[in-house]
Amino acid sequence: MRGQNLQLDEQGRLKHLLTIEGLKRQQIVDILDIAESFISVGDQQVRKVPLLRGKTVVNLFFEASTRTLTTFELAAKRLSADVLKININTSATVKGESLLDMLHNLEAMQCDMFVVRHSDSGAAHLISQHVAPHVSVINAGDGRHAHPTQALLDMFTIRRRKGEFAPLTVAIVGDIMHSRVARSQIHALTTLGVNEVRVVAPKTLIPAQVESLGVHVYHDMKAGLRDADVIIMLRLQKERMRGAMLPSEQEYFQSYGLTRDKLAMARPDAIVMHPGPINRGVEIDSEIADGPQSVILEQVSNGIAVRMAVMSMVLGRPPAENAPAEAPAKGSAQGEAS
Amino acid sequence: MTAQHSQSATSIASVITRMADELRTRFAQDHPGTGLEDALMIGIHTGGVWVAERLHAQLGLQQSLGRLDISFYRDDFSRIGMNPQVKPSQLPTTVDDSHIILVDDILHTGRTIRAALNEIFDYGRPASVTLVVLGERSGRELPIQADIVGQHLSLSEHEHAKLTGPEPLQLEVVEAP
Repeated sequence: MRGQNLQLDEQGRLKHLLTIEGLKRQQIVDILDIAESFISVGDQQVRKVPLLRGKTVVNLFFEASTRTLTTFELAAKRLSADVLKININTSATVKGESLLDMLHNLEAMQCDMFVVRHSDSGAAHLISQHVAPHVSVINAGDGRHAHPTQALLDMFTIRRRKGEFAPLTVAIVGDIMHSRVARSQIHALTTLGVNEVRVVAPKTLIPAQVESLGVHVYHDMKAGLRDADVIIMLRLQKERMRGAMLPSEQEYFQSYGLTRDKLAMARPDAIVMHPGPINRGVEIDSEIADGPQSVILEQVSNGIAVRMAVMSMVLGRPPAENAPAEAPAKGSAQGEAS
Repeated sequence: MTAQHSQSATSIASVITRMADELRTRFAQDHPGTGLEDALMIGIHTGGVWVAERLHAQLGLQQSLGRLDISFYRDDFSRIGMNPQVKPSQLPTTVDDSHIILVDDILHTGRTIRAALNEIFDYGRPASVTLVVLGERSGRELPIQADIVGQHLSLSEHEHAKLTGPEPLQLEVVEAP
């Protein structure tokens, strides 16, 4: 095990995508650049490219998520991979087979990539430590830990709308404490060098020492949104209500729901984001979710291109030992005979 | 990699002018009744686009120049991985029934052209494709040949032809690493 660098190979290239932590700024920028070029695939009559033809991608979703699962599946199919979805509820794990035995059986069927969603933090890391050397693992969300592709698609959406990261003030609003999305977003935003990252939430939903991640904490939403360029609303999980962390949905909406009057505190050209699914009337007013500043549906579309970029990067690595020295790919700095 | 010799921008400009003349004649022969100005010219990143930009201007084509990055269609992807410098292809949403003039800098193995044709066909079904290259050399690995060739290059298998640009456009012969 190589700690944080478990996701990089010996040459520092992406082998797995487990978390944003430990990725260098240039590595994130490379992912966003490659995702940009995949956007045009959607314009083709045949919305596919042959990059992963012959590769097999397995979606291992131990936790329900229609949106993430669908965009991963679509991304893999647009790369021409074969895609398997393992229905965990009816799989052998519920018959007593261990997770690692199931993985090894899948590997024996010549699978090349596992996309893992799990309610336990660290599940994707664990799996990546036990797969065969040619297999890559992508974390599609684990417990409260990380959701790197969601953070990357958010960065992609911000860059497409705002251009540069450096001048931006970004406010992340909602349940920071339990949100793997927020954690990954904070790492991505600080790595990309935004001017200021703010987290806005009641005290019960802010983790201790969150400032050590380089963010500013606000408990008053209007103050937290003042002059923000980007507002990221987080989903409020209903079970947090039941856990008595919050008084009521109505009261939460009054204090931390995004409404027109609170949005007015941000810059006039601020964009509103949400990883979905939305609780309308709890964390965001329908008028704002469907309004002109909302880029929520763009986030979903961009998710396909970003996941295509990540999948093609982790599976496009040359074999470590016998990688031949090749001429640079056409389309780089100079024209090259081919 | 060291440069063995290079061809000047002036001389390349005269080659491109000759190619434009040949293309006019060839297109009129092959597609009577169709105006060359309505053809869709597509340059392959990066050198092919530089050559296509000059041809496009000289021929006064009506449709804007298409740009193709064949990185997603390379047959050596699993050996070389992703190139972060991939530029998005820019083609009309449909190329159906278009007469396409595909432009590249140097035709060598033929694999780039194979990839480019595959990508074009993922956008639609063109009426025809005419292949135009600034230079061609030996070493073909696929049965692909150009319709218009600016110049034939005599190179050993240890030499590469490399176009640098866009201003000035220069052709260098370099020793392969």
